[in-house]
Amino acid sequence: MNFKLKIWRQKNSKDKGRFVDYTIENVADDTSFLEMLDILNEKLIANNEDPVAFDHDCREGICGTCSLHINGRPHGPKPKVTACQLFMRTFRDGEQITIEPWRAKSFPVIRDLITDRGAFERIIQAGGFISASTGSAPDGNAIPIPKADAEWAMDAAACIGCGACVAACKNASAMLFVSAKVAHLGKLPQGKVEAKKRVLNMIAQMDKEGFGSCTNTYACEAECPKGISVANIAYLNREFLKAGLS
Amino acid sequence: MALDSKIPSGPIEKKWYNHKFNLKLVNPSNRRKYHIIVVGTGLAGGAAAATLGEMGYNVTAFCYQDSARRAHSIAAQGGINAAKNYRNDGDSVYRLFYDTVKGGDYRAREANVYRLAELSNNIIDQCVAQGVPFAREYGGYLDNRSFGGAQVSRTFYARGQTGQQLLLGAYSSLSRQVAEGTVTVHGRHEMLDVVIIDGKSRGVIVRDMVTGEIKSFAADAVVLATGGYGNVYYLSTNAKGCNTTAIWRAHKKGAFFGNPCFVQIHPTCIPVSGEHQSKLTLMSESLRNDGRVWVPVKKGDTRKPKDIPEAERDYYLERRYPSFGNLVPRDVASRAAKQVCDEGRGVGTSKMAVYLDFADAIKRQGKARIEEKYGNLFDMYQEITDENPYELPMRIYPAIHYTMGGLWVDYNLMTTIPGLFAGGEANFSDHGANRLGASALMQGLADGYFVLPSTVSGYLGSTELKKVTTDAPEFKVAEKEVKDRITKLLSVKGKYSVDHYHKKLGKIMWDYVGMSRNEAGLKSAITEIRALREDFWKNVRVLGEGEELNQSLEKAGRVADFLELGELLASDALNRRESCGGHFREESQTEDNEAKRDDENFSYVSAWEYKGDGVEPELHKEELTFEHCKPSQRSYK
Repeated sequence: MNFKLKIWRQKNSKDKGRFVDYTIENVADDTSFLEMLDILNEKLIANNEDPVAFDHDCREGICGTCSLHINGRPHGPKPKVTACQLFMRTFRDGEQITIEPWRAKSFPVIRDLITDRGAFERIIQAGGFISASTGSAPDGNAIPIPKADAEWAMDAAACIGCGACVAACKNASAMLFVSAKVAHLGKLPQGKVEAKKRVLNMIAQMDKEGFGSCTNTYACEAECPKGISVANIAYLNREFLKAGLS
Repeated sequence: MALDSKIPSGPIEKKWYNHKFNLKLVNPSNRRKYHIIVVGTGLAGGAAAATLGEMGYNVTAFCYQDSARRAHSIAAQGGINAAKNYRNDGDSVYRLFYDTVKGGDYRAREANVYRLAELSNNIIDQCVAQGVPFAREYGGYLDNRSFGGAQVSRTFYARGQTGQQLLLGAYSSLSRQVAEGTVTVHGRHEMLDVVIIDGKSRGVIVRDMVTGEIKSFAADAVVLATGGYGNVYYLSTNAKGCNTTAIWRAHKKGAFFGNPCFVQIHPTCIPVSGEHQSKLTLMSESLRNDGRVWVPVKKGDTRKPKDIPEAERDYYLERRYPSFGNLVPRDVASRAAKQVCDEGRGVGTSKMAVYLDFADAIKRQGKARIEEKYGNLFDMYQEITDENPYELPMRIYPAIHYTMGGLWVDYNLMTTIPGLFAGGEANFSDHGANRLGASALMQGLADGYFVLPSTVSGYLGSTELKKVTTDAPEFKVAEKEVKDRITKLLSVKGKYSVDHYHKKLGKIMWDYVGMSRNEAGLKSAITEIRALREDFWKNVRVLGEGEELNQSLEKAGRVADFLELGELLASDALNRRESCGGHFREESQTEDNEAKRDDENFSYVSAWEYKGDGVEPELHKEELTFEHCKPSQRSYK
């Protein structure tokens, strides 16, 4: 398969950045999207040109490192997969593919397709945990947890922190990310003790980081590679309201 | 130098208990005066950094990923073992201990493994308290499943994402400590050297991967939890960034390397599809609970799987190992797959694959139940192969997955450099020659939450440490070495990319030091690796500069270290003229092609001492003694 690529190149955070056109030929259809970029980079290196910098690590869709905006969509056209799990057979032969970094004020570009997602770190540090120091735990079966609650918690905990929800949102809101953590911990009895403090602090940090507001367009859920549900946002709003009233 | 494993005396079930009492303590109000560096933020590193922070130490953690949450522990799928015996099926700490020593083919230390089994239960409690959403039954209690090498159900799991959930648990504890101000985490920083002052580990040299700045950090103790070195094979189930640099640099500064040839080849991975492939994807071993492994009886059978009748299928694991069946340990399952493919009975286009078939399980339990148990794995398989595993059997083949070898450590997890500790996959300690499924998560967290916090404290409490700053000449020398090496890599300006060399190295390793090894092949490997290394330093092309984000430069430094480690791995395999666990020497096998151990001559841990570039490393032996698990020919028949 052959492709025309339009890739965002930006030397560093101070550089203005621009699109550069490349072509790539004879790519096998079972090549992953990132492997296609590997092939391009090998070609660039052979021509003494700087390879394209992009974030990636596990290449099996779980670490949340890869973060490519492909043809205007986070992680590309296929639902519920990360860019590393996207295969070239998804595209038409000869198609033009535009590749950009996440676009959000709170995720500044470091180089080419790599952004700084430190804002997510600081949101978790603001309250995305249960304060259970090592050694203080009772037996694992001491507190039975209804299966439905455990399942909801697990669904929410499946978030990989990639930032696609922010990139998908026209307001660059981080509500899906934040709500997934609030729901994961809030649904479990262990997490209820700090629920109020957690939701207030995480929301405050989210606002401080400059993420936009949620206007319920659900673009985040549509683009989330792990299918995190917007029901978590409803849960968060309820918790937030409750915390404000009590 | 003589190896001292520092195994405490006394009965095995009292060793850790007594040892903890004998370890020196640091007064809570003095702890913040001690600075501890932790490199790597996976299960071992993340848990250790968080726990040391909770205790009140001043901790600095480094990871090469942009966030501590992305360490490769996150990719572990199947589960974590613990001897809770919630299933009332006869499990106990002693049985988990016994299974692990046996599964490791009697090449692990009994005392370490017993401690691991003992701590397994505390780990589950700790993780539940942190909010890890383990699978539960309808009554609200924790669910379990079975894993290879065990006849009890002792594996706790969170769908097919157990590693992710456990890591997020450790990460949340770590984040809490960052907020408390006890821990500082530096993401996108790579450790490039350890600094030794007066014979003790007193800090590290790191490269800021965004600016390229080389920085020094001084400390009272350094913990390396930087994972395994499976990427020396190029294709593996490891993340692309996993590397040996931290432990290899430590090795070159005096830390002995234990059992480098013990590499785990995981039986259930998606087969290689072509030259462009950059990594291999694991399909959790838990699939063997319900999947049946088979190949056609006939050689070169090209019929579709559904057209091959029962009688013409060879369920070779069930046939050869009736008591464990599809749940034999990983090394046994991998070798058996290689054997049937070598016989010409492999399936798929490459013929280097076997079937893992769920048809019976779906018929018996229903599609919904299978989906609940393995849904995300099935989806992942379909994404990659474009085949639907609910309808067609999966095609699988073994791939490099885990390295049991690593830095040699004593019972305190301290390397041969005082003050330098190694935890998790980075050390050699608990899995012997083969790791059982769901034991890596257990070991990483045991080391991180429970062992290192006690033993690092014990070291700090009993060692006189003079004040050290990064102005010390030793830091300046190490910084200069690191910078010179970067300049050297950038100034070769040769013809070939770093990946070119990495792929070549991987092929040598897989062909000669893979699932089946022999003397002639290992000797060829050593010669070829040396030649490739020489060529690398003459002809590698690394573009760009040192003072910027430069992914080619990062890779080049790592591959340069793999090119050295690869040789040590092959030398260790050559030295070990026996088969044990994942290490199969063709010269040492039974009549029915099972691995044949040689306890008389090889019941020891190989600990290699670096003696200088181009100089043969020196082999030290730590003899293993077995008081409880009497070595016998491992049988899963």
